[in-house]
Amino acid sequence: MSETAIDGVNRRSMVARALRHPSFLIGAAITLTLLAAALVSFVWTPFPVAEVVIRDRLQPPNPVHWLGTDAFGRDIFSMLLVGARNSLGVAVVAVAIGIGIGVPLGLAAAAEGGLLDSILMRGSDLVFAFPALVTAVMITAIFGPGAINAMIAIGIFNVPVFARVTRGAARALWGREFVLAARVAGKTRARITVEHVLPNVASLIIVQSTIQFALAILAEAGLSYVGLGTQPPMPSWGKMLADAQTMMAIAPWLAIVPGLAIVASVLGLNLLGDGLRDVLDPRLDRTR
Amino acid sequence: MRRTVHALAAGLVLAAGLTAPAFAQKTTATIGMRLEPPHLDPTAGAAAAIDEVVYQNVFEGLTRIDADGSVKPGLAESWSISDDGLTYTFQLRDGVTFHDGTGFDAEDVKFSFDRARADESTNAQKRIFEPIEAVTVVDPETVEITLSRPAGSFLFDLGWGDAVIVAAESADTNTTAPVGTGPFKFSRWVKGDSVLLERNEAYWGEPAALTGATFKFVGDPAASLAAMLAGDLDAYPNFPATENLPQFEADPRFAVVVGTSEGETILALNNREKPFADLKVRQAISHAIDRQAIIDGAMFGYGTPIGSHFAPHHPAYEDLTGTYPYALEKARTLLAEAGYPDGFEATMKLPPTTYARRSGEIIASELSKIGITVEIIPVEWAQWLEQVFKGHDFDMTIVSHTEPLDVDIYARDDYYFGYDNPEFDAIIDTLQSEADPKARNALFRQAQDMIAADAVNGFLFQLPKAGVWNAKLKGLWSDAPIQANDLTDVHWAP
Repeated sequence: MSETAIDGVNRRSMVARALRHPSFLIGAAITLTLLAAALVSFVWTPFPVAEVVIRDRLQPPNPVHWLGTDAFGRDIFSMLLVGARNSLGVAVVAVAIGIGIGVPLGLAAAAEGGLLDSILMRGSDLVFAFPALVTAVMITAIFGPGAINAMIAIGIFNVPVFARVTRGAARALWGREFVLAARVAGKTRARITVEHVLPNVASLIIVQSTIQFALAILAEAGLSYVGLGTQPPMPSWGKMLADAQTMMAIAPWLAIVPGLAIVASVLGLNLLGDGLRDVLDPRLDRTR
Repeated sequence: MRRTVHALAAGLVLAAGLTAPAFAQKTTATIGMRLEPPHLDPTAGAAAAIDEVVYQNVFEGLTRIDADGSVKPGLAESWSISDDGLTYTFQLRDGVTFHDGTGFDAEDVKFSFDRARADESTNAQKRIFEPIEAVTVVDPETVEITLSRPAGSFLFDLGWGDAVIVAAESADTNTTAPVGTGPFKFSRWVKGDSVLLERNEAYWGEPAALTGATFKFVGDPAASLAAMLAGDLDAYPNFPATENLPQFEADPRFAVVVGTSEGETILALNNREKPFADLKVRQAISHAIDRQAIIDGAMFGYGTPIGSHFAPHHPAYEDLTGTYPYALEKARTLLAEAGYPDGFEATMKLPPTTYARRSGEIIASELSKIGITVEIIPVEWAQWLEQVFKGHDFDMTIVSHTEPLDVDIYARDDYYFGYDNPEFDAIIDTLQSEADPKARNALFRQAQDMIAADAVNGFLFQLPKAGVWNAKLKGLWSDAPIQANDLTDVHWAP
């Protein structure tokens, strides 16, 4: 894993490998569907998503309401689309926070080593020591519930993940010949990091992103489930699940639909991540 | 062969062990409650959960409120009232002892009432004791209470949990180790889980049928459902998720009893702040609320629409739901007249009860139709009390007022929704010194009319008391005339 490098890899063979890779294809298909659902929700939903129509409540799936309606008569399919947007939105920002802060920290720790490395890595140990979701609950409980605070809370826990992954891969690279050559040529550590180290850890960061993305979706659903994430009337998958809880016996689709959506998204992103790792790093592919 | 015999014997033993409990009569009951009381002294806190555990079980008052809301003798065997309505003479019961063995007499009554009406008292219902001028011990079994003015509902009020009799020796520790005179003794409090009571074998009256009772606090509606279905709870007198009632009704193991409660559920508006200080805005909001939709959507049809702050089962009740009927066009016109043709933005702080959270989402959607954009802010009870009830920092909130005959809260100075109308205050003043039931009912009607016309709050529905219990458990209250889970008559049917 630490030997990841794409220098010299033929791009065409990468595409060919991707098309032959079943988990990559399935993962990509699910992820694209999720993305499409989120994008579509900006311009179109079958029904206005927050509109309460009590007389239409608790309808099972039917031709008008494809996935049925909830206890307030809201269209589940519309809520699912907007829920996808909210989940993805929170996940994108949370992962961006992780990459934006974690990757530079990891690169710096690898480049400088010594005291800075120790401080940064012990710091991430410290963050790792807290159960992520519990602390996210704490953060949103203190700063108030809402999607923005959920993004920040989940993002904070992505920082040490990216910092560690980046640092591990980058440190290995610092011992490689092409980096030594660059040092001999007199390039500064910062320049080597940007020109040689970062491009070679990029694929690893991409793979890690898909995994963190899946975890962020799960975390957002968890926070919304306990009422600390996306706030009503904005629908979110976690809140849909929470609302469905006492209605399992009378309207099972209320729980099944958002439940399946969460499972499918997380599964899809994990498959995609798995596939991407193999596609981007042919050497690992052969070992399995 | 020998092994077979052993196995058979083991099987028989096992079978006997399994069937035995079915024949043995169960003598305890586990009662589910949504909220855990903050402490256990009903004379020092407003939380309904305190009364729901200890009232009439551990503590008793001079009078007691019966299941139908009538006033019955409690620790006072009988009483007489002077013609001017100012002197009440109570004849106390003989042979009553507190759970710690100390005797009960007139001194305890004097102590309890003097403590409750003292300046430093933390009693949540000081208004009960406000008319009292003096409490005099005539002899150990007779107490005379003189009032400064007639108090129409004095005997009823003395039946409240806030007016129970405590002993001087234990008054200060009642919050954690309550000592009363009731049919049950406090046994143990497992914080965060349950309160255990055991039968008081030295009870002055008919001893309780149950040898013990456990009040178990299950906050989550889904967990409550699971606990009932699994038989972990024998009863849930106030089941939080009405959508599950049909499921219980279809199950012969359970009895479902939907009764009345004193809970007027309102969309409280902060009358002291713009834009809610404007009558037209409040009228517009009332016109925009579709009560039946809220009852159907939030309560699954359980609940009675109300048009004012008054319980429909009371004889003085007037149906005022037609004062501002659901009419969106009218609502929009009123908003425009008030200077908000495009509506406005407002926040709604919702406490964590199912009825509040659900009604809030429906009302937010309804108000959006007349241009009012509502931001929902879910809060926990502690935050609600701090920010909304005490701090008055809110635009709208939804809460059920579960105290009986509490329309007088609209006359309180600086109450959280901030209604200030001297005419209304005058009605309540007259009411408080009026003892004639007919005249009282007429005053109650005036009070209802006035707050309905002023659209002080959005009046939504009377909260049902949805009780679910084991079909064999008998004697629980079907209605909730007062905050209580009286276990005196509760027993298992054979």
